[in-house]
Amino acid sequence: MLPTKYTTVSIPQTLHARLEALISGKTGFKSVSDYVTFVLREVVAMHETSHVPEAFTSSDIEEIKNRLKALGYL
Amino acid sequence: MQIGQSADLSVFAGFTPEQTITIGKEMRNLVANIANGVFSPLEGFMGESDYLSVIDQMRLESDVPWTIPVLLPISDQVRLTTRDEALLADQQGTPVAVIECGETFEISKKEYAMKVFGTEDGAHPGVSKVYEGSSRVMSGKLKAVARNDYGKFADRTLSPEETRLLFRERGWNTIVAFQTRNAPHINHEYLQKSALALVDGLFVNPVLGKKKSGDFTDEVILATYQALIDNYYPKGSVVLSVLHYEMQYAGPKEAIMHAIMRKNFGCTHITIGRDHAGVGTYYGPYAAQEIFKEFPDLGITPFFFREFYYCKKCGGIATERTCPHGEDERLNFSGTKLRKMFADGQMPPKEFMRPEVAQVIAQSKAPFVE
Repeated sequence: MLPTKYTTVSIPQTLHARLEALISGKTGFKSVSDYVTFVLREVVAMHETSHVPEAFTSSDIEEIKNRLKALGYL
Repeated sequence: MQIGQSADLSVFAGFTPEQTITIGKEMRNLVANIANGVFSPLEGFMGESDYLSVIDQMRLESDVPWTIPVLLPISDQVRLTTRDEALLADQQGTPVAVIECGETFEISKKEYAMKVFGTEDGAHPGVSKVYEGSSRVMSGKLKAVARNDYGKFADRTLSPEETRLLFRERGWNTIVAFQTRNAPHINHEYLQKSALALVDGLFVNPVLGKKKSGDFTDEVILATYQALIDNYYPKGSVVLSVLHYEMQYAGPKEAIMHAIMRKNFGCTHITIGRDHAGVGTYYGPYAAQEIFKEFPDLGITPFFFREFYYCKKCGGIATERTCPHGEDERLNFSGTKLRKMFADGQMPPKEFMRPEVAQVIAQSKAPFVE
């Protein structure tokens, strides 16, 4: 099994305490680290999907549209 | 990411038998899917660190969600080394792709089976395939890919590039994907329409590929869906396109892969029902919904549905969330019962299957795989 690679990120202790209180009970998160990883993945995904470059050139578009029209999709 | 598919066959010339790896039809479709961007961000077959990260963490080394390895098994006779170029060819010798070879490594089949399928039982079809294959695999980046021949399904096989542009041209911002490997009955239709009510468009994406005895044939799946859409869906509300992909029956982990693939097609949502991508009783009925909690960054939103059924008391299609009545009020038809009905020349009741869909099946000479 490959050892999982982690790095340390510092957060204020007061924030850590708030997060510990937030996740205690039945949230399903085993640790503040698990929760922070979950939330940050969500944030990163939001940014990645909002900044997607245009995938098509104008000649791509024409060629694809012609095929879609020929197949009856457009 | 999309690798250009080459119509220029000269790029595939000049490879010796020692530089050629023979692959089967399902692997040929996998190569085409990688090239078309269905498996984006993959650009080829995984190396060892990605493989281990996927089976242990359900993520690529880059942290991108990924739950089932994409590997190129090779025989012990293959002696290619890193940075060699190799030809992937089908069993008739037709070129499929050129790859830049990466590392060769061994996988533990039992470890793969347990971590991906949750079982080492050789009766599980996905596990069986792993056990039958080589434990020696090679990573490799695709350099050139020949145009894949989809035969009679070519006109209903859209690439992610094509579906993304199609959705944009139709003005769809939200699109829900429906994955299936069966002809539709009314429960499927209600699930699809429940989702369609919340989005701009529906992407019906049947999986065509290796079959088990008793499955509907690919031709019948496509024809029945066309009949359903033509008769029961608002014009322009559905895109029907097939996906050439070999089912792994990995339950929850495959549900995530299905979501990733449909995200790559441009979908914003996907329906996940009861026992999605499951087989037998290996997975809990809603385990494939639970797993989505692990992936807040999947990039596609699941719509979870409980099982639909016809309730005689309610007089319509319902789920346990909307219907208070017992199982004795439910009309259920197993695949076995349905096949027997058609074999006996009977039509299923309209509470289970639309007559236009049943007609397509009844008129087909051999609707089921022998």
